[in-house]
Amino acid sequence: MFVYTRKSEFYRFRRKRRSRSQSARRTVALLGALITASASAGFSSCARAQQADRTTAPVVVQPGAPGKPSRTLPPSTRATLPQRSQADVEFMQGMIIHHSQAVEMTALIPSHTENKDLRLLGARISSSQSDEIKFMQRWLAVRGESISMAMPGMPEMDKPGQPMALMPGMLTPTQMDALRKAKGAEFDYLFLTGMIQHHDGALTMVKDLFDTAGAGQDAALFDFATDADNTQRAEIRIMQSMLDKKPLKEKQ
Amino acid sequence: MKRVRNVTFRLAGVAVAAIVLCSIGNGIQAQTTAPPTPAPAPAKAPEAEPNPFAAVPAPPLPPGMTGSNTNDPRYKLTPGLYDAGEASMGMKHLLLLKKPDAFQLGATGPDDPKVQKTIGQLGVGDISKMPKPLQMVIAELAFSNSDLAFQGNHLFQGNFYGVNIYDISNPAKTALLTSLVCPGGQGDVSVYKNLLFMSVEMPNGRLDCGTQGFPPEPPPPAGHEKERRVPVAQKDRFRGVRIFDISDIKNPKQVAAVQTCRGSHTHTLVVDPNDKDNVYIYVSGTSFVRQPEELAGCSGGEPDKDPNTALFRIDVIKVPLAAPQDAKVVSSPRVFIDPRTGALNGLSNGGSHDKDEKKPVDTNQCHDITVYSAIGLAAGACSGNGILLDIKDPVHPKRVDAVNDPNYSYWHSATFSNDGTKVVFTDEWGGGLGARCRPNDPNKWGADAIFHLKGDNLSLASYYKLPAAQGDTENCVAHNGSLIPVPGRDIEVQAWYQGGVSVMDFTDAAHPFEVAYFDRGPIDSKMLVLGGDWSAYWYNGYIYGSEIARGLDVFELTPTKFLTQNEIDAAKTVRVAELNVQNQQKLEWPAQLVVAKAYVDQLERSQALPADRIAALRKAIQSAEKSHMSKSKRAKLKGMAASLEESASTASSPADSARLHALADILEHPAA
Repeated sequence: MFVYTRKSEFYRFRRKRRSRSQSARRTVALLGALITASASAGFSSCARAQQADRTTAPVVVQPGAPGKPSRTLPPSTRATLPQRSQADVEFMQGMIIHHSQAVEMTALIPSHTENKDLRLLGARISSSQSDEIKFMQRWLAVRGESISMAMPGMPEMDKPGQPMALMPGMLTPTQMDALRKAKGAEFDYLFLTGMIQHHDGALTMVKDLFDTAGAGQDAALFDFATDADNTQRAEIRIMQSMLDKKPLKEKQ
Repeated sequence: MKRVRNVTFRLAGVAVAAIVLCSIGNGIQAQTTAPPTPAPAPAKAPEAEPNPFAAVPAPPLPPGMTGSNTNDPRYKLTPGLYDAGEASMGMKHLLLLKKPDAFQLGATGPDDPKVQKTIGQLGVGDISKMPKPLQMVIAELAFSNSDLAFQGNHLFQGNFYGVNIYDISNPAKTALLTSLVCPGGQGDVSVYKNLLFMSVEMPNGRLDCGTQGFPPEPPPPAGHEKERRVPVAQKDRFRGVRIFDISDIKNPKQVAAVQTCRGSHTHTLVVDPNDKDNVYIYVSGTSFVRQPEELAGCSGGEPDKDPNTALFRIDVIKVPLAAPQDAKVVSSPRVFIDPRTGALNGLSNGGSHDKDEKKPVDTNQCHDITVYSAIGLAAGACSGNGILLDIKDPVHPKRVDAVNDPNYSYWHSATFSNDGTKVVFTDEWGGGLGARCRPNDPNKWGADAIFHLKGDNLSLASYYKLPAAQGDTENCVAHNGSLIPVPGRDIEVQAWYQGGVSVMDFTDAAHPFEVAYFDRGPIDSKMLVLGGDWSAYWYNGYIYGSEIARGLDVFELTPTKFLTQNEIDAAKTVRVAELNVQNQQKLEWPAQLVVAKAYVDQLERSQALPADRIAALRKAIQSAEKSHMSKSKRAKLKGMAASLEESASTASSPADSARLHALADILEHPAA
């Protein structure tokens, strides 16, 4: 990983003091902007003032904390970001394993149930999670990280064909077997309860990520984790209402 | 993104962190120290894995669903970041202004040594194996554009890294004025007089607008690796709503930073017509709840055990205009409460639950709220639900209705029709990260849902999705839009990420249709590289699109059979001093003849009047214009009003009836 320590973030540039007349003109400009409303007179005064704005080159400004002055940065300023956290990488690797099971579960739907609502829901979960897996793989690959998770002390987990490590909420092999063997209403029930358990586990993973110092500062990962959290909460709600609507449990 | 995600967008970008090391040179030379941990070994490169950059086609359409049109010219446009193929109908693209240098690496192409160096430093062992467009985009996508706000001749474009302020006094020659560096995502913006508001939700947000974020905690001491540690609270962290004074547009100052438990994914400016001294901000936080050690009182407990949970609420900030530095949270309305039982998670507590079942996880957040103070209502797009709030007392909004829809994945944003009889909600299926407009993606998923609003009741009328299918490398789903003030019709311009911009007529809520569009090909044809328009808003005669990866788009409408020049000109008569789209303002048209001509065009299109009456109306209006509104011509116009009122009472559609009334009104009292 790279750690990027910045001793001095930017050269400090003292902002040039504006001449008195210039600030006076700007005050007038501001008043013009405030009066604008929909009156056309306001518009034209505003336009005049702003014409003056554009005659000067664009500026790069970094405000200070509330109440503190802003700094003008040199035009050559380029952007920087905080360092990446190992917790981010492990979250992505673990979530790929987690999502793969959801895809595996939804793949059973066509051959195991005729329930139209469940078929629609399954199609959506399958599509979302397949896409998200690709996203996570890209995120890792672009950063030079392995797509699969290293299991310290458990080298056998690294080998293809070996049982996957269970991330939070994942169905156990016994639960998966039961799901594979079930049909019709029983399948529907096991699928819904299983997927709710599975989604709940994803929520736990997101919480653990954000409870780690320095984690989640990568915008792409932050958005992904937040969105996965939101989407899965919403899907849990839909699955819960599907469970409530039909007394599936009685048929068990 | 507002949403920009949601996810809002939630953008994403394969790329953001890639910039970590990009600021080498150019006068802001950073001092780096040797990394304390070794770089990953090249052996870690994912060679054995399937290519994660390959695009994913959609699964087969679920039974009973239909997809989008693959015969549309937008389906197969050529790819490119700045040279993609384009297709448009009824819209003219005037300008693309690329993202300012301060918000990106500033490289010019994939072979630029700076890009190569960055990728090398990212640990990608063999640079030649990374597809070239990706190398480029890692650099270019680092800082995503998000939502837009407008004031006078200034356009404010939010970004995960701050805000860029443009001069739009001549829209075709839009020019950058100020790049305001202040990271924290997603940079949702609003503007009111001398105050600029900005949403911050990410853990790297700092009170001092610093770009360095916060470091990971040091490794645990030997023997304590497994112990769970509570992270150290950061007193300098900022998540919430920043307030800048923009009196000097070239030197904005931060005057307040109002912290909230979940940060601010989006926010909504609320102006109480009865309160001239304050404005209010509704804060929608969608992210995790921070530790109480960092911000007192924050907790993310279950709603039945923790009555103070930061979930299941929105926050209301009161901003005293004379002393914005005193802005603070004044209420945290429980908008999901069950009024009968008092349960905070009231929207999903109906129905029976077997006691063996886990408690359902309910709707606990709004993604975005659109307020329409003129009718005293707000529409909340709240993840699992669309809700309607009574906001006559803006500090204490009260839920008056809520809807749910099995086709909806994530309730994202809302727009009222101008007359307040309809609400358009959007579903950000996939959070904006994914391709969701492929031929096999159902056109009821990731779509707009148009609701009738009668009294305080919402009822579903139809769905509208971008009609053109998009490729599997284009992130595409319903996103942010605004009304276009064409009188006599309900028209919305809307961004669909890489699906482009689509203008939709929903005058008849049951039969929405497209009237104009603009689209580019994908950034890349082989892999999904995030981009596209986050927001597309109409502001004083032009359409502005906030392009996530490419920059700022400016468009003009052009006449087609779906929208005439008169209708466009009539839309341009509506001028506003400020535009914050989620603070919806009532549109009013002047009694000008150009507005009358728009109505006449509409009555001809709908055949509400026979051809001879249309011709007579046009002739009378034209004569009046030619005569510079002479007394006799005005009298002639006035004389036509009565028969129009008569026709209005027998018109076959409410839309035509309203047009005939409005036309009669103008002819009675035309503005000079």
